[in-house]
Amino acid sequence: MKIIQINKSDWLAGLERSRKDYSLIGPVIEGNNVSRFRELAQGEEPDLSISATTLSPKSVVFPQSEVMFEYSLDPESIEYNIMRVPEKNYSQKAIIGIRPFDAAAMLMVKMNFDTPEYRDPYWCDAYESCTFIGLAVNNPLPDDFSTSTNCGPFSTEGLDVLLVDNGDHYLAQTITENGGSWLKAAGFEAEAPADAQKTIDSLKEAAEKKITTKIEHNAIKDKEVLDLYNEDYWEQVAFSCLNCGTCTYVCPTCWCFDIQDETSRKYGKRMKNWDSCMYPLFTIHTTGHNPRDTKTHRVRQRFMHKLKYHQDKYEKGIMCVGCGRCVTSCPVNIDIREVCRLMNG
Amino acid sequence: MTINPYLPYPVRIDDITVESEDKSLKTFKFVFLDPKNEEKFAYRAGQFAELSIPGTGEIPIGIASSPVEQGFVAFTVNKAGVVTSHLHNMKVGDTMGIRGPLGNSYPWEQLEGKDLLIIGGGFAFTTLRSSIVYLLHPDNRDRYGNIDVVYGSRTPGMLLYLDELKEWEKRDDINMHITVDGTDDPDWKYNIGFVPPIAEEKAPKSDGDTYAIVCGPPIMIKFTMPVLEKLGYDHDHILLSLENRMKCGFGMCGRCGIGKELVCKDGPVFTVAQVNETPKEF
Repeated sequence: MKIIQINKSDWLAGLERSRKDYSLIGPVIEGNNVSRFRELAQGEEPDLSISATTLSPKSVVFPQSEVMFEYSLDPESIEYNIMRVPEKNYSQKAIIGIRPFDAAAMLMVKMNFDTPEYRDPYWCDAYESCTFIGLAVNNPLPDDFSTSTNCGPFSTEGLDVLLVDNGDHYLAQTITENGGSWLKAAGFEAEAPADAQKTIDSLKEAAEKKITTKIEHNAIKDKEVLDLYNEDYWEQVAFSCLNCGTCTYVCPTCWCFDIQDETSRKYGKRMKNWDSCMYPLFTIHTTGHNPRDTKTHRVRQRFMHKLKYHQDKYEKGIMCVGCGRCVTSCPVNIDIREVCRLMNG
Repeated sequence: MTINPYLPYPVRIDDITVESEDKSLKTFKFVFLDPKNEEKFAYRAGQFAELSIPGTGEIPIGIASSPVEQGFVAFTVNKAGVVTSHLHNMKVGDTMGIRGPLGNSYPWEQLEGKDLLIIGGGFAFTTLRSSIVYLLHPDNRDRYGNIDVVYGSRTPGMLLYLDELKEWEKRDDINMHITVDGTDDPDWKYNIGFVPPIAEEKAPKSDGDTYAIVCGPPIMIKFTMPVLEKLGYDHDHILLSLENRMKCGFGMCGRCGIGKELVCKDGPVFTVAQVNETPKEF
């Protein structure tokens, strides 16, 4: 695998060069110290110091709110009640500085939106327009447990390029042809010295050593679904939960959404909005009957889906990449690592 | 161009029939604005579709017309929430959308050569009507064994498709057991009683390979299950059609899950054996 060396003094100029073929999306810190991924303005530098942005980059391909269709509500119009997909921009985008766990999460979510029977065109078209320029995590945060989730701080899963920060320069591993194209467009072509791979390996080892929390989930897949469902600990796990839904919003692997129509006079649009299994409205029937009518039901649903149902359905492990965001952001300190320990025990 | 599964086919309301004495149930017949879409909508009895009203929303409803009926699709809709109330106020000639067909249908190949017991209650009779019309069609009738139908509602005026029920009563290739919870009609010539006891009295015992299709309110299903067990029906020979809150209808939005199964895509038809392995969150 060819490794390219990118001197930091040339980094920003390279990003700008790549704009002739790509729009750039990267991590930025905004108000209240909330960091997230968004389109970078001309000359704006992505903040690559953030080991895990507050909000995951899932919104790049799965916006929190997206117009699916527009329509006229004017009975006089020949377009009356006819749904049209608004114009979308699926030109090439480079996602700069996406972390390995977030790229791995994209692949997990892809299993939901790109199936043999149905393809969600909004998610898939957006995903396919992206080139993922990943950045290895040299300094994992305390809640990071990505080494326990088939991922890790230097994983290349789902990435097109993996950048490794090595002081005054980045070492760039080209993973896919798409990644190579972006490097070329950015003018990053200087081959790294022969010992670059060794440097990467030792940085990787050092980063993995910094991740001290581990979870075990191997026993969960062999347990009976109803045995896990009926465990006594769910009341205790859910006890402090506020059902605020923060965990589902910050999670890079949560994909549940709602569909709502919004209208203004004679114009209407059908929206796809993030939703959350933490909310009673998520499952309530028109009759008022709610199959998940207590917070214990809802908390259990979230963990059972991530750690059990997903494993049973796809046989590709748990639906968690170990980014630690839900642990960091939970206002009442509910910790998926603890719940996983209970379920696996 | 790739297919957008969220995009409804434009349809026109061709006919509206009030089905019940309380006017809470209406059957809407839809015609596709582009006839080519009717072919794309090829469906099987037991499937559902999203009825899509621009500006209001979508609602998943079982298909009441039958694959052997051409030129239209029909849905019987209970007026209950925002979308169904809006639909009840729409008129013949209005345009809207339908999206589908969705879900897995009843397993018609697996049921071939088998005796069938169909049990329905209230307005859950819609996909059962679709199934019966399909079974009685001359192309299909010989491929299935005996057919018994137990169908009940609160009053005679709440029975769906009354004219068809009476026609089926007259036939000798289907055994109808119509019942109502109660009536003061002195001329009522069918059964009086709840569905479970009438089923116990009239429905045939399983020959070991008889299939039961059960669709009705939860309370009816609850009391029908012990009856079916008594009659010798195995859990993998009892088919239920489940309902849950849905949005997308094809397995992506995540809300209708019961364990790893999604009611919209893996169902809505499940055997009792399958349902018993889930947390039954429906």
